Amino acid sequence: MPLFWLRVAVGFYGLGLLYALLALARRHEILARLIMPVIGIGFVLHFVSLTEHYINVGRLTPDSIHTSESLLAFLIMVFFTGVYLRYRTTAPGIFVFPLVFLLTFSAAVGLKPPQFTSPVLRSGWILVHIALIFTGYAALFFSFAASLLYLLQERTLKSKHPGSLMSRLPALEVIDQMGYRSLLLGFPFMTFGIIAGSVIAQAEFGSRYFLDPKIVLSLLMYAVYMLLVYTRWNAGWRGRRAAYLSTFAFLAAILAWAANYVSGVHRFIAP
Amino acid sequence: MNRFLLIGVNHKTAPVEVRERLAIPESRLPEATKRLAGQPGIEEAMIVSTCNRVELVARAQNGTADLRSFIREYFQVEPCTVEQHLYEHREREAVRHLFRVTSSLDSMVVGEPQILGQVKQAYAVARGVGAINSHLDALVTRAFAVAKRVRSETAIGASAVSVASVAVELAQKIFGSLEGRAVYLIGAGKMSELAARHLLAHGAAAIFVANRTYEKALEMAERFRGQAIHFDKLYETADKADIVITSTGAPHTIFRREHGERFLARRKNRPMFFIDIAVPRDVDPAMNELDGIFVYDIDDLQQVAAVHVADRKKEAERAEEIINLEVERFAARVQSSHVVPTIVSLQEHLENIRQAEVERLRGRFGQVTPEQEAAIEALTRSIVNKILHTPITTLKSAAREQGEGPLVELIRRIFNLEDAAAKAAKSGSTDD
Repeated sequence: MPLFWLRVAVGFYGLGLLYALLALARRHEILARLIMPVIGIGFVLHFVSLTEHYINVGRLTPDSIHTSESLLAFLIMVFFTGVYLRYRTTAPGIFVFPLVFLLTFSAAVGLKPPQFTSPVLRSGWILVHIALIFTGYAALFFSFAASLLYLLQERTLKSKHPGSLMSRLPALEVIDQMGYRSLLLGFPFMTFGIIAGSVIAQAEFGSRYFLDPKIVLSLLMYAVYMLLVYTRWNAGWRGRRAAYLSTFAFLAAILAWAANYVSGVHRFIAP
Repeated sequence: MNRFLLIGVNHKTAPVEVRERLAIPESRLPEATKRLAGQPGIEEAMIVSTCNRVELVARAQNGTADLRSFIREYFQVEPCTVEQHLYEHREREAVRHLFRVTSSLDSMVVGEPQILGQVKQAYAVARGVGAINSHLDALVTRAFAVAKRVRSETAIGASAVSVASVAVELAQKIFGSLEGRAVYLIGAGKMSELAARHLLAHGAAAIFVANRTYEKALEMAERFRGQAIHFDKLYETADKADIVITSTGAPHTIFRREHGERFLARRKNRPMFFIDIAVPRDVDPAMNELDGIFVYDIDDLQQVAAVHVADRKKEAERAEEIINLEVERFAARVQSSHVVPTIVSLQEHLENIRQAEVERLRGRFGQVTPEQEAAIEALTRSIVNKILHTPITTLKSAAREQGEGPLVELIRRIFNLEDAAAKAAKSGSTDD
């Protein structure tokens, strides 16, 4: 049943994806009015699916890669909703919906996922680690999306042929604020998430975990994240430079996410 | 009509260096106007001098006045440096040009309201030194009326306003809310003040004013409740502003790329919006390449404002139509002002006959239906008008060619108009 709800939710997110594509192609007058209700229904069903799943499984830690994907997508949607309520704009959807659709679609196709069997996942600490890191990921992705929006709006303003795209995107400073705030918000989550992870890994594996590809990539991502926060705060980097950095951070985050398959310490599937 | 002369340069015909040579500062305008009016062969004169144009308007005594020699002597310029940039209009074309200028159709920003005030000022100066008499007075006051008509009957004035509102719109797309944003006003000008006023109306807070003449900056700062800045402190203070509006008369750019880089560093890369209304430009377009600096010059703003280019073109065309019509009206009025009393009394004469005949007809037929009444009116009127048409046009064209001639006398005698003409002449001869 959770899978069923998730699949319906994916359908709704699919419409969101359509909106994102049409928004770039500059034709979406009707969808623009329907987008929030549609996405809202998808979001609620997504929530139902996740809750039901957790009740079925009996614990909050993800039991498969698909649950993690669904959870991450859900957190990103929470962010999106928060931003929508604060700034009344669906513009980040251009980048958010495709990713959310991808994550939920992958989680919903129903291929029997490899189950996480590692006993590590039973501990309460790991739950803290996951919740923190995932929120950090969502925030990072959001600031990435915002920096792309910023570039888009900046280009439109500089081209001096402001078309309809400009009028639909929020003001440059508003986009900047959105990105910076989610960056700042995500930073403590990411920091404490990584600390929590390190503590667990230290307890479980001792110091050999440091050379694990997952850890190296995570630290790289964290370093770029720190650099992003620092350059924005200290030198006010935004626009192109910030976009490069956050693209880099986002790529590092994807690699760190994917590194589960090659990681020794972060692989929870039974060998 | 055939004695109006106009000579001048404007932003289209002359580069700023030439316009600068010919510009007459406000303080010297009365003396210059007086000298022009005192030139041999010139009866009346007026000089309009702004940063975009210099126009010498005159009425000659007999069509032999030489305005070019006045320019050479007064400005002490070599003919070759100026001659090629000058345009010269006579008669009807001079009238048309003055109408177009006053209506802001010839302005750099078509429809900007400033020029009307400038012509009015030139008119006041010329009156003040006694350089204007009845003929030029009639022309210039007509030009004001035409400008008013163009403004009220077309949307041409809206384009200048829309440049200011486009500036606001763009600022909002950069900064979001303008609440608390600082505006820097550099140089003077109605357009830039209009833009500043719009920005303030949308919440912009602090305002700085810089001008080459500090007194002027003080005066403007007072008007905007802002802060006047010495011009030499410009580069140290400009980064305080989020929005910079420039409209100086400087011949070269005052903000260049390296300034932009410095501002951004001091502002921690917070964006800056430069609105460059000056021509030639005050802000180097290369600044727009810097991340975080947005430069829009007057053409860019107009381009954005001209989303509905077709509409604007249509408005300009309508304005030109009005001008054409007004030129014709003015020409007709000037040329036929002597024959007007005769025409009026001729019309009155025939109208009296018509009305008397209609009354007689009524007396014979008794009650008629409203339809019949209307038909009778229309028929008789059209007969009278058709009969009058040829004599009136002949009179007017005769007046144009040879002035008040034997024809007028002839018509008066044929129709026995002596009394009526004298009466009309007494009640004023310029009715049309």
